[in-house]
Amino acid sequence: MHSVGYRANALLTFAVTILALMCGMASLSDNFNSPSPSAHVQVLNINWFQKQPNANDEVSMTLNISADLQSLFTWNTKQVFVFLAAEYETPKHSLNQISLWDGIIPSKEHAKFWIHTSNKYRFIDQGSNLRGKEYNLTIHWHVMPKTGKMFADKIVMPGFRLPEEYR
Amino acid sequence: MGWVADTLHSFNSIQLREVFSQIITLGLVVSSALVTWKGLSCVTGSESPVVVVISGSMEPGFQRGDILFLHMSKDPIRAGDIVVYSLDGKDIPIVHRVIEVHDRKNTEETYILTKGDNNDEDDRVMYNTGQKWLQKHHIIGRAVGFLPYLGWGTIIMSDIPVLKYILIGTLGVIVLTMKD
Repeated sequence: MHSVGYRANALLTFAVTILALMCGMASLSDNFNSPSPSAHVQVLNINWFQKQPNANDEVSMTLNISADLQSLFTWNTKQVFVFLAAEYETPKHSLNQISLWDGIIPSKEHAKFWIHTSNKYRFIDQGSNLRGKEYNLTIHWHVMPKTGKMFADKIVMPGFRLPEEYR
Repeated sequence: MGWVADTLHSFNSIQLREVFSQIITLGLVVSSALVTWKGLSCVTGSESPVVVVISGSMEPGFQRGDILFLHMSKDPIRAGDIVVYSLDGKDIPIVHRVIEVHDRKNTEETYILTKGDNNDEDDRVMYNTGQKWLQKHHIIGRAVGFLPYLGWGTIIMSDIPVLKYILIGTLGVIVLTMKD
């Protein structure tokens, strides 16, 4: 009953149970954090706006993104993935979501940032519906924990509009 | 050599009743593992509720050897979700993030584009030739949580298949020779 094998087994089982419990508690403790992030986005310029040969509209823009996501970080946070998406509706599509820019924030020190950039991913419609199109810019963030459950939330900024003519 | 002789002796001395009892124990272990797996499948709605990350394309978020828990809910897939998908004709599931979504109004179809956080390019280069979008049926699940490092055993065993047989063999011998 008290062989080396049994003792090793008992010790291993106990260690794994404690580890699982600690992981679970670390993940649960994230719920006590009530973050208050803020973000602001400006479209500084429409660099160009045209119809591709296959009839899809494409637009290139210069963006100014500033955000303060420091309150998202807890001791169980490995990183925060943040991205800016353009969201709009067209006659054929109930929702179009196109990521324009994204970034990985590795620590709290980097969570308050300001960036001036043109869109990192191409802003292409499935069709040619972008002229004069009203769209939302939404900042999304996904909190990746060191262990446990992942969190996500967003700030929607409505009221942007694309030009009426190609340029 | 005394050890081998002892083991052989113990093999010989096993009664028929004990053999059956061992087989039943083994069957219980295997079936409870199966029940857990299938139960998880039912609860999460995903055919493989737990996957091990095998590539570094999502670093530093997910590293090789991390375990991901998947969930397949009715909620529509949205940009930013980390999904696991497998392409037509390929078995290997891929864990990447959705960066573009187009929901069709009349057909309920969804066009999805994915990218690994650590990759420079989106996944169109990895898709089958001529494929520009993923559809809902490619998606196996959505990652909802994860545990670090626990999947390393799986990775080592799939890299060095001999280890798998050694492990199963050893376990088998232990179970068969164990006396309680």
